Amino acid sequence: MNFDLSKKTLSEVNSYLQHIDLKSNQRDFVIKNPLGNHALCAGLQDEIKVTIKGHVGYYCAGMNKNAEVTIEGNVGTGVAENMMSGLVHVKGNASQSAGATGHGGTLIIDGDASSRCGISMKGINIIVKGSVGHMSAFMAQSGNLVILGDADEYLGDSIYEAKIYCLGKVKSLGADCIEKEMNDKEIKHLSALLEAQNIKADPKKFKRYGSARNLYNFKIDNVSNY
Amino acid sequence: MSEIKKNLKGFSTFPHDTIAEIQRSAREGIYQIRGLGAKRKVPNFDDLVFLGASASRYPLEGYREKCNTSVVIGDRFAKKPITLDIPITIAGMSFGALGANAKDALGRGASAMGTSTTTGDGGMTPEERKSSKYLVYQLLPSRYGMNPDDLRKADAIEVVVGQGAKPGGGGMLLGQKINERVAQMRNLPEGIDQRSACRHPDWTGPDDLEIKIQELREITNWEKPIYVKVGAARSYYDTALAVKAGADVVVLDGMQGGTAATQDVFIEHVGIPTLGALREAVDSLKELNMHRKVQLIVSGGIRSGADVAKAIAMGADAVSIGSAAMIALNCNADMYPEDYEKLGTAAGYCHHCHTGRCPVGVATQDPELEKRLEPDLAGKRVKNYLATLTLELQTLARANGKSDVRNLEPEDLAALTVEAAAMARVPLAGTSWIPGYDK
Repeated sequence: MNFDLSKKTLSEVNSYLQHIDLKSNQRDFVIKNPLGNHALCAGLQDEIKVTIKGHVGYYCAGMNKNAEVTIEGNVGTGVAENMMSGLVHVKGNASQSAGATGHGGTLIIDGDASSRCGISMKGINIIVKGSVGHMSAFMAQSGNLVILGDADEYLGDSIYEAKIYCLGKVKSLGADCIEKEMNDKEIKHLSALLEAQNIKADPKKFKRYGSARNLYNFKIDNVSNY
Repeated sequence: MSEIKKNLKGFSTFPHDTIAEIQRSAREGIYQIRGLGAKRKVPNFDDLVFLGASASRYPLEGYREKCNTSVVIGDRFAKKPITLDIPITIAGMSFGALGANAKDALGRGASAMGTSTTTGDGGMTPEERKSSKYLVYQLLPSRYGMNPDDLRKADAIEVVVGQGAKPGGGGMLLGQKINERVAQMRNLPEGIDQRSACRHPDWTGPDDLEIKIQELREITNWEKPIYVKVGAARSYYDTALAVKAGADVVVLDGMQGGTAATQDVFIEHVGIPTLGALREAVDSLKELNMHRKVQLIVSGGIRSGADVAKAIAMGADAVSIGSAAMIALNCNADMYPEDYEKLGTAAGYCHHCHTGRCPVGVATQDPELEKRLEPDLAGKRVKNYLATLTLELQTLARANGKSDVRNLEPEDLAALTVEAAAMARVPLAGTSWIPGYDK
């Protein structure tokens, strides 16, 4: 089933996709002429597949549950923000705060992601095939951020229990973020993440970063980091 | 020693509490963290009085002539605005800062009076959803517990930009309150000192906020009223920007507003009093021709029906209470003196919400302390308190000849101090003088 956003309103399309008649067999949808609309495919709830043919604005697939959304273009700020489950695949580049606060599901970005990718993430898996901007994984709580390119400065600042794997160069790490051992268990874990998305990369070549856990409780000795 | 003290002159620059704080800082090397709101005295609603009726105005008969208190909230854009029976709501307070029993009791009390309660920086608990007739779901920078299912279960959504106790600061919840359930809801390890972000992770200014609000409306089918909450700082501009961003409701929280835990220096030294902020916000709404179209809810130091009436007379559509609602639950009640003593404080002085050792079972996650707050009884106290505020509000409205509390107006007020006259822009009592205002 096709939607043309030059002929239908954003709310009409979103409302239709959010309230799928589960008695019908229609599960695949294509959206043409997205025209940079914001909040396209926000709040989807069901196991459907949506392909967006073109570039979109802010918060595409925001708070997604269960749905598989593919964007054949670039995305604006906050793609898949607060995603709960499902899959969001960006074929182009992503603006800032991609996957922000995501609780679950997988976000794949074929290109680069701008600053604060995975900010405050809470369980989501984010795989960026290109590079990420500064302050990515800031205050990241849980989940996995996999970067096949490079990371700009202050990666993982004030990180909690999320894991960061980076294949390329890291310009600098943020407060309380340290490099951690890439042992067999971690290699196996990363392999599973990559294989699940058919991504061919050698997990042994990645470096892993996470929390030093020095800022978890207030200590005067850490005052320069607060 | 006491005889000697009688003849000694203290330092006005260094009173006892200042000396004690300097010496505490010297010992511990870290700022003081505490709960509740500003302790310093600032111009407030006590500095205003109602003129009442006279030869030029006639009053309504108390108990006989009706005085409407209901207010419709969120009818600018939302398909399903909410109608509150009274213009007094319960402010956002998190599960985590408060125990589940306290949240439950607030919901029961508010529901019994036909008004709303609000979630907080920890998500929505099933207990508060069940007990709350109208529940406002907060979207905070931390996004702890945020999910689309709860978003759709809410009756309204409040985008929290700031808080009166700490405009520009994020929340704190110290490790002793992060038990298993709180940690799970927030997706954090147990026992850590949790620092909430001070700004949202996916938008940074009013233009972005407009798009964020659009997203929230798209997810909820444009049904829910969207509130934007700001701490009292640059209230004129913040109100205008919230309106521009598409808010149905602006929530303005003055510096007397409370918090579960933050730095004392933030509470006492950042933000402006409710009185001045409210007048600025009303100016802004009037200039945009949005007064009474975008509802204004005011919080921060509301204690009595007189405070409610004065806020409404100055232009608010409703008020919100946090600290006072906690006090109705028994916060700072003269009970369990030995437990106050263990905290180094006493009833009436306690601001130890951050410790999790609340003697009366309100701001705690300790199961034994929580038992001291029985939700049904505590809910009845909240209901009684709200009922009292409402009766006081109606009494004052009738005395000023109003059949609807929202007909109260600045012309019904006079100020007792020059500062209050300037901030509230009402004449100093017995004069027509409003400092700094040239008609």
